[in-house]
Amino acid sequence: MTKILLAALAAAALGAGTAPARAAEGGRLDDIEVNVHHVASLQAGARTFVNYCLNCHSASLVRYNALRAIGLTDDQIRDNLMFTAEKIGMPMAIAMNPRDAKEWFGTTPPDLSVIARSRGPDWLYTYLRAFYRDGGTVTGWNNLVYPGVAMPHVLWQLQGERILKEEAGLKDGKPVVGGDGRPARVIRLETLRPGSQSAAEYDQTVYDLVNFLAWMGEPTQLERKRVGIWTLFALAVLVFLTYFLKRAYWKDVH
Amino acid sequence: MANGATTRNQHWALRLFEWVDARFPLSELWKEHLSEYYAPKSFNFWYYFGSLALLVLVLQIVTGIFLTMNYKPDATLAFASVEYIMREVPWGWLIRYLHSTGASAFFICVYLHMFRALLYGSYRKPRELTWLFGFFIFLSLMAEGFFGYLLPWGQMSFWGAQVIVNLFGAIPFIGEDLAIWIRGDYVVSDATLNRFFALHVIAVPLVLVGLVAAHILALHETGSNNPDGIEIKAHIDPKTGHPADGIPFHPYYTVKDTFGVMVFLLVFSVILFFAPEFGGYFLESNNFIPADPLKTPPHIAPVWYFTPYYSVLRATTDELKWVIGIAVVLFMIWAFLRRGSNKTRLVLLGISVLLIAGLFVLDAKVWGVLLMGGSVVIFAFLPWLDRSPVKSIRYKGWMYKLALFLFVVAFIVLGYLGMQVPDTLATRIAQVATVVYFAFFLLMPWYTSIDKTKQPPERVT
Repeated sequence: MTKILLAALAAAALGAGTAPARAAEGGRLDDIEVNVHHVASLQAGARTFVNYCLNCHSASLVRYNALRAIGLTDDQIRDNLMFTAEKIGMPMAIAMNPRDAKEWFGTTPPDLSVIARSRGPDWLYTYLRAFYRDGGTVTGWNNLVYPGVAMPHVLWQLQGERILKEEAGLKDGKPVVGGDGRPARVIRLETLRPGSQSAAEYDQTVYDLVNFLAWMGEPTQLERKRVGIWTLFALAVLVFLTYFLKRAYWKDVH
Repeated sequence: MANGATTRNQHWALRLFEWVDARFPLSELWKEHLSEYYAPKSFNFWYYFGSLALLVLVLQIVTGIFLTMNYKPDATLAFASVEYIMREVPWGWLIRYLHSTGASAFFICVYLHMFRALLYGSYRKPRELTWLFGFFIFLSLMAEGFFGYLLPWGQMSFWGAQVIVNLFGAIPFIGEDLAIWIRGDYVVSDATLNRFFALHVIAVPLVLVGLVAAHILALHETGSNNPDGIEIKAHIDPKTGHPADGIPFHPYYTVKDTFGVMVFLLVFSVILFFAPEFGGYFLESNNFIPADPLKTPPHIAPVWYFTPYYSVLRATTDELKWVIGIAVVLFMIWAFLRRGSNKTRLVLLGISVLLIAGLFVLDAKVWGVLLMGGSVVIFAFLPWLDRSPVKSIRYKGWMYKLALFLFVVAFIVLGYLGMQVPDTLATRIAQVATVVYFAFFLLMPWYTSIDKTKQPPERVT
């Protein structure tokens, strides 16, 4: 059976009132624009990260006190975000032994310090919103973006449980024919049990989390851009000055 | 003692200068290479890239020194030490991005610098040796880039090195042992990382700096070429005794190049500060995953500056061997028909027989490696392949102009395809581009000698 996902159809079909999720096997990813200047979003993402991710995944290249850069004080970090580490200067490590992890999950959960730089924010955003119930896997969960993924749906209490539905694609009430001449099939995720958050709230939670991951992938990016502006300004002046210097020196060359 | 009195009245800096100059050819070097080195006054846009390449070399060495202070050449520590530089070392992110963006900038400058030579025939007599030193700089630079790319110890570092070193394994008889000797292990490992670090931070840079010195010395011996491809030394101004169309490098070209440097730094900074990954071309996303010898990435692509040659390798399939076969047969017929002694004819025939035997004995992979190597080495032969009576493209005929255009297109197409996942169509296109690439060089003696050229002017325009 050919599985062709028509973005427009999927957007309409995906879950009752869910924001568009065009994820499919080899399908398109949802575009998001990360904003690492949005401190509230970064802090919300940090909270989700520490509560849900930082048990199996480490971020061992990031120190807790690096979170000062997203507007948190040492006390705030210590009281709300540090559960396992003792000192604020310690890296975001986890207690789980990689060898045990491999035995339990079949693969060691990757360190997430630079995950946003290898996967990209769009992938992460779509992936974290594309889990569904699947009795055929070890964890009971599967994912449209990463089929057969070893990771269970950690945020399921927020998003709820969904199942995969496959049906004939319809456009204006008529069946759509795929590229190979056979009726196109559309995959959609149907809510089985709702979670504690609405679809829009869940999208926001994931967005904040991905935003945080994007910041964490390169905490110096804010400084980089700030220095960049000044450097460009200085160089523009120098281009201007050296141009006239050259002109003055070359006056007698004909 | 009268002499001593005047010396005492001079400024101390001047006295120091005279003291040094009496013991070291300081003013002589200054004059010979800067203030009295006469360069044609007609240098255009393309002539900026030599000095820019030199600037980038200095930049790479200086940033490299600072990176070495914090980087750990150890398979268990390397990846994290790069991120340590990015996060914890003061200004480490700047140093690292300067170095990673500088690597790509170096190749951009060198490719444009080489393109300038193709435009104006800068490799032609009497500048063959300058070109050859430049060719070896290019070769060393590729080695430098290759060794350096392993150091961040990401997935692309690891698997890129694995793929390239395995190419040596394709060489008949000695290949496998050679590959193990290069790696120091059966797979790319800590031993490989350590030796690549040594080669990257000291061995190749030493060679590079030496070659750059030789390149400039050879250039200053013959004098610079110009967009008209004529010799300015042919017209010496009787009043001054210097080339009439020449101007002293300092201050004229030093101020002009300073302007060029500022424009370059402006463009460089836009990338460095606002797009250091450059859409995955300068820093590949897979390289943010630590090297894992047990997980082969689905798609392994070298960094952009290697992809044209990598494409040639991938395009060499069994079918392309037929094309090589036809080319060899044509070469054989030509060798038979050409005038000349029987001895050279025999040698040429012997070469073609060997090549044909090679087509039967060696498989496509070995030919791929040979062609890939050939696609780089062939640049060295340019001075002797070009038979045109004129140097500059301005006075060459349509044949060379078309050939150069097709070559540039083929080079860019190969470069692009080398980054993509290959499929049937892409492989076919790469094969056509490979043929065009080699035809540009191998047919050059023919098309440049029959091409209709114009008479260059007496003086630079």
